[in-house]
Amino acid sequence: MNVLRLLSMHRAVLVAALALAVAVPYLTTSYYVSIATQVMYFGLLAMSIDLLGGYLGLMPLGHAGIMGVAAYVMGYLVSKAHWGWPAAVVAALLVTLVVCLVFGLLAVRTTGIFFVMITMAEGMLVWGLAYRWSSVTGAENGIRGVSRPEFATLYWQYYYLVLGVFIVCALLLTLVVRSPFGLVLKGIRESESRMLTLGYNVTLHKLLAFVLSGLFAGAAGLLYAWYNQFISPSAINITASTEGILMVVLGGPGTLLGPVLGAGAIVFVKNILSMYVTRWPTIMGLIFIAVVLFAQDGILGALRRARVGRSRGESVRSQGDRAWDALELEAESSRSSSA
Amino acid sequence: MGRTGIGSGIVSIVVGLSLLAGACAPPGAPGASQKPSGPLKVGFLAPITGTGAASGNDMINGWKLYWKTNAGNIAGREVQTAYEDTAGDVNTALTKARQFVEQQQVDMIVGPLFANEGLAVADYLKTAGTPGFYPIVSADDLTQRQRVDNVIRVAGWTSSQPHHPLGEWAYDQGYRKVLTICADYAFGQEVCGGFLRTFAGEKGGEVVKQLWDPVGTPDFSSYLSQIPGSGMDAVFALQVGADSVRFVKQWNDFGYKDKIPLIGGEVLLDQSLLRNMGPEAEGLISAGHWAEGRPAKETQDFDEAYLKEYNQLPSYYAAATYSAGLWISQGVQKVNGNTADRKPFLDAVRTTEIDAPLGHLKLDSYGNPIATIYVRRVERRPDGKLWNVPIQTFEGVSQFWNFGPDKFLKQPVYSRDFQGLPEQLKGLGLK
Repeated sequence: MNVLRLLSMHRAVLVAALALAVAVPYLTTSYYVSIATQVMYFGLLAMSIDLLGGYLGLMPLGHAGIMGVAAYVMGYLVSKAHWGWPAAVVAALLVTLVVCLVFGLLAVRTTGIFFVMITMAEGMLVWGLAYRWSSVTGAENGIRGVSRPEFATLYWQYYYLVLGVFIVCALLLTLVVRSPFGLVLKGIRESESRMLTLGYNVTLHKLLAFVLSGLFAGAAGLLYAWYNQFISPSAINITASTEGILMVVLGGPGTLLGPVLGAGAIVFVKNILSMYVTRWPTIMGLIFIAVVLFAQDGILGALRRARVGRSRGESVRSQGDRAWDALELEAESSRSSSA
Repeated sequence: MGRTGIGSGIVSIVVGLSLLAGACAPPGAPGASQKPSGPLKVGFLAPITGTGAASGNDMINGWKLYWKTNAGNIAGREVQTAYEDTAGDVNTALTKARQFVEQQQVDMIVGPLFANEGLAVADYLKTAGTPGFYPIVSADDLTQRQRVDNVIRVAGWTSSQPHHPLGEWAYDQGYRKVLTICADYAFGQEVCGGFLRTFAGEKGGEVVKQLWDPVGTPDFSSYLSQIPGSGMDAVFALQVGADSVRFVKQWNDFGYKDKIPLIGGEVLLDQSLLRNMGPEAEGLISAGHWAEGRPAKETQDFDEAYLKEYNQLPSYYAAATYSAGLWISQGVQKVNGNTADRKPFLDAVRTTEIDAPLGHLKLDSYGNPIATIYVRRVERRPDGKLWNVPIQTFEGVSQFWNFGPDKFLKQPVYSRDFQGLPEQLKGLGLK
């Protein structure tokens, strides 16, 4: 009974959100439509980070770099080699796939802080290439003239393109995290050694998750490059990667909706609040401090707790955290034995 | 069961609504223009925070001073400037430009500082159609190989522009072998290329070594120690910001000052940096399109006014935005304040000539000023402040120098791979 009611409520909320998203260009000015476009591609990047950070328990600090691979390849092919967009998109995603395979092979052997460090190095590698390889990437002046597909040149047409891609990717990601594969990822997050003992190929699952996540980041990169019709190293540096993680943390890791909310919050503060408040970075900092102190499971977690709290008293995630603590010893021993 | 229901529901709704949406476009295209009677809205982009903050503040100071000393309205329209912080970041600059054009519906955009910001914003303005006036951004290609019609460098310059005459000047001083040490990014590469294009490519001088240091080099020892054994008879240097201050200081510490001739690119010894330099900078030579020590009345009056207002001498950033104010106001005057008709307005700005603190300025047909270039020496004023005094003046210097646009544009933009050296020109069939 309860579950059914919850489902129909979810459905009502989803339908309302979709209707609103479709109506946005009719309701507001082009500036806010472009802000909404930003929220969606940053949301997509945040979801791809969350697939690793939230579901697999390995937080990548180089995803803006992977996003950059797709953006640069597509940008170069479209603006300098004059390819058509479908071929450029396919090529960009293929290159991203290969890069993710290589990066993934290096990264998934590690856990914890080492994973963070190695993904950071990978992200910096892409950034360094973009910054130094001036004959191809235009160095810090970037690649200009990355024209959008001819059916999406106007701001509202582009908005619908991004909305379409966003919905498709969100559905795919939902399928992934709800599938048996997604459950294995969560299992690895909770206890890697237990999944090993159960006979799962943990490394393969991690690698697949890494590549999958990288492809979604790549899709975000394509949307990003088309949005600005321009790509430069500052868009893919470590600050950009960190911002992606902040979106996840702010919204609620281990959920797909949370990172999108987080992306929305950050884009809002950066673009709209900054019109009225000069010291908007201070406000952003205060928000993060507040989230870390009072809502470690992010905006979404806080919302859920407010609703579920009355009947159960604590959040699902904090139970998960306790499970973590209980397993800490086990994880610790498996790490030392593998080393 | 439930999940598939939701899925198909969503899909059908999305398909239905997007068909509906595709059928009719939302109303109200961006960039609706102002009536000529209302205030003249200017969106000013400059970094107020971050590494470019000092330059950004000078930009704003120069702009404000113009409207303070001259009436704050043109052709009956009050001039309202809104300032937005780009933080020196290209994405922020783009967002703020969008906000100016689409949200505040400004009549024009002035700024920003950095080349990458400028290039990105120019691409956006190309589609939006709003006039963009760039007094600072100096990336060569903005008015060369990748022009945008509605983006004009009023009182601006290209990176290589002052350095073409400087290369010839250096050769004429009797220098035959140079070593270059330039900041390793597009601006440094364009500056260095401009110098070598004439010094080596045209005059036949020799380049004994090219050193490239990354922006933010904390210590120049390893570069400076390579100089004495290189067989050079002069050094050409271009550094930016705090790097310049460190470079000039270490140049002195190494005992090179007054022993090895140093030729500086523009901004190595800009007034914004001279403020933080001491005796180590006195007597050094550089070239630029701004010389605060120029004796002409326009320059001295501006210096005085700026000194009175801000208690410091104006840098090129301030002089350029001040001159841009003068330029734009004359353009607006010519069309009687009707900036909404963009083409006549842009044409009026293009045909304006001014005698600015920078010297006599007019635009070439590519949207870049034909300017006066000064070879300058750092001297101490009676009040103890350092400033750049011209020792030689080149009038009417085009961004294409004496080559002419057709010939010049056959060569690629200056980069680490193309520095205008004789063998590189031969390889391209240009010599």
